[in-house]
Amino acid sequence: MIKIENLHASIDGKEILKGLNLEVKAGEIHAIMGPNGAGKSTLASVLAGREDYEVTAGSIDFDGTDLLELSTEDRAREGLFLAFQYPVEIPGVSNINFLRTALNEIREYKGQAQISAKEFMAMVREKSAIVELDSKLASRAVNEGFSGGEKKRNEIFQMAMLEPKLAVLDETDSGLDIDALRIVANGVNTLKSDQNATIVITHYQRLLDYIIPDFVHVLYDGRIVMTGTKELALELEEKGYDWIKESIDA
Amino acid sequence: MAGYTENELAKDLENQEYKFGFVTDIEADTVPIGLNEGIIRLISTKKNEPDWLLEYRLKAFAIWKEMTEPEWAHVHYQKPDFQAIAYYSAPKQTKKYESWDDVDPEMKETMKKLGISMEEQQRLTGVAVDFVMDSVSVATSFKEKLGELGVIFCSFSDAVQNHPDLVKKYMGSVVPMTDNFYAALNAAVFTDGSFCYIPKGVRCPMELSTYFRINAGGTGQFERTLVVADEGSYVSYLEGCTAPQRDENQLHAAVVELIAMDHAEIKYSTVQNWYPGDKEGKGGIFNFVTKRGMCESHAKISWTQVETGSAVTWKYPSCILKGDYSIGEFYSVAVTNNYQQADTGTKMIHLGKHTKSTIISKGISAGKSQNSYRGLVQINKAAHHARNFSQCDSLLMTDECGAHTFPYIECKNPTAKIEHEATTSKIGEDQLFYCMQRGISEEKAISLIVNGYCKEVLNQLPMEFAVEAQKLLAISLEGSVG
Repeated sequence: MIKIENLHASIDGKEILKGLNLEVKAGEIHAIMGPNGAGKSTLASVLAGREDYEVTAGSIDFDGTDLLELSTEDRAREGLFLAFQYPVEIPGVSNINFLRTALNEIREYKGQAQISAKEFMAMVREKSAIVELDSKLASRAVNEGFSGGEKKRNEIFQMAMLEPKLAVLDETDSGLDIDALRIVANGVNTLKSDQNATIVITHYQRLLDYIIPDFVHVLYDGRIVMTGTKELALELEEKGYDWIKESIDA
Repeated sequence: MAGYTENELAKDLENQEYKFGFVTDIEADTVPIGLNEGIIRLISTKKNEPDWLLEYRLKAFAIWKEMTEPEWAHVHYQKPDFQAIAYYSAPKQTKKYESWDDVDPEMKETMKKLGISMEEQQRLTGVAVDFVMDSVSVATSFKEKLGELGVIFCSFSDAVQNHPDLVKKYMGSVVPMTDNFYAALNAAVFTDGSFCYIPKGVRCPMELSTYFRINAGGTGQFERTLVVADEGSYVSYLEGCTAPQRDENQLHAAVVELIAMDHAEIKYSTVQNWYPGDKEGKGGIFNFVTKRGMCESHAKISWTQVETGSAVTWKYPSCILKGDYSIGEFYSVAVTNNYQQADTGTKMIHLGKHTKSTIISKGISAGKSQNSYRGLVQINKAAHHARNFSQCDSLLMTDECGAHTFPYIECKNPTAKIEHEATTSKIGEDQLFYCMQRGISEEKAISLIVNGYCKEVLNQLPMEFAVEAQKLLAISLEGSVG
């Protein structure tokens, strides 16, 4: 699905990613953990194509295409989805209008016909149920006046609507109470198939009680320094990151 | 990296061409340039006007000569040379059209380019259009149907000929010739415009619409609009404006007067898309317009405007809330780009008891433009329990543009309740990135965000106008983030 090799990226001349390697295959869930400032959110931003970041070396192959050659919107249209850590508010633009515009842009890119209003509304009903999102929220302005939990659920709702090949969840668990966490995780699990893949970026192990990863990676100082299974997450929860830092820095 | 850099975007924006910049090659009957009594008499004679109107013009001219051009607005421009303008330009016609088929094909073509093909409008929307090219109204549709209800909707010249009593009674009653420099000039040299009268208790069944277009080079357009809504009547009036692309600055100094009698309601919507000048700030329309409405008791006047054009705009559609329980509303979107300057807003003059006014102003500045909101809320002594709510938002697209707000509040009655809210924001790169991460192109994203920002105002427009306004906003702002 995606193969990242020797990725170096910097912002304002400061190098954040320093030779990152990662391969995710279809049907897999990968968790990326790591201490603050390790480069987790930078990785998400670079994958999505945020302009502030400059890729200085390395390559990203996304299902046979050179991801770094694509614009932000074309990456999305190729099936890359980023669930934002801090979803922005867009006043006056309804969630429905926003999603229909997005969906039709993606369809146009793929040479498909525009979705009919009826088909679209049926889809909204079906997908909003996955994250138990009140249908009223769907007609409200994008994220405007949403609670923290509603914003995160809305991200997963959008993911369900756009049906990406690869979803990157950037700290989706932050700020969620246990019920919201369960709902979000349930949404991600429901959407999982052998055709798509998920990268879960998180600070805490608790999300991984609900979303069971196939692999857990530790990102430290711009590189993946350790890879294991879900047991690694438990170990990190228990022992913290210091022992890893020490072994790397030594 | 993929995608635009800010500089590329700014460049892209400069290359946006004015979509309506074409000249129609129609033989015109133009008077010599310059302004003097002789010219005014000539205009009056050409229009076969009654003596009282000529006197009105001459009186206005005498007043205008004593006045100086106002300078308080936050705009800078080369003052027009009033002696270098031709004050009358009419498409050359010997006789009036018998039917729509008789209309000059080239003029029809112009209307088509404007996207307001008369046939189509008649068939699809049921909008009655009074089309004003330069100074003479060339075609008025739906007259018969309106006639059955007693609604008068015709060119100003026709009204002078056929309804002189109404014109004489109301013309200048809301905007007197002494009001300001441009109003006086208009009163002296106005050539045509629209007139509308809705009889008592009649709800006008269709939107009345006028399109203005400046065609001949070196001419000014001085039209006058007078809308009179008699007791308990209702009318929705639409006004659209475009002008061809020319290097010189053209002057547009219009006067619009609305009169809403007891329990009447007038909704007046404008989409203004005059040529704004090129990316260097050369050419474009000077749009100096006086618009004002008078509300009798329980009457309501709503001004809705979407202003995307003109090099310089100076315009304050206002309401005099004279009658008790009368309501004034002002909804505005003003977009400026490149070197455009807009100084626009409203005046709400509360005279009656329990009068209410609402002001929603959305300014959008791009390029190197300057966009000012200027508003006055005046609560007079007798206006017990008057209420006003004002909201003025400014959206900045670049670092080189400017947004200014000049709200004036004068309150002479302690029972008044006045609220004012103002915000300024820069279009969010985070918002754009969010949209683009969902697969939405940058241009569509800007259009979505801006339309969302203007929603409260766009919602006030009649459906077909709202669609046009949204497209205009998108055209005016394509690639304008920087």
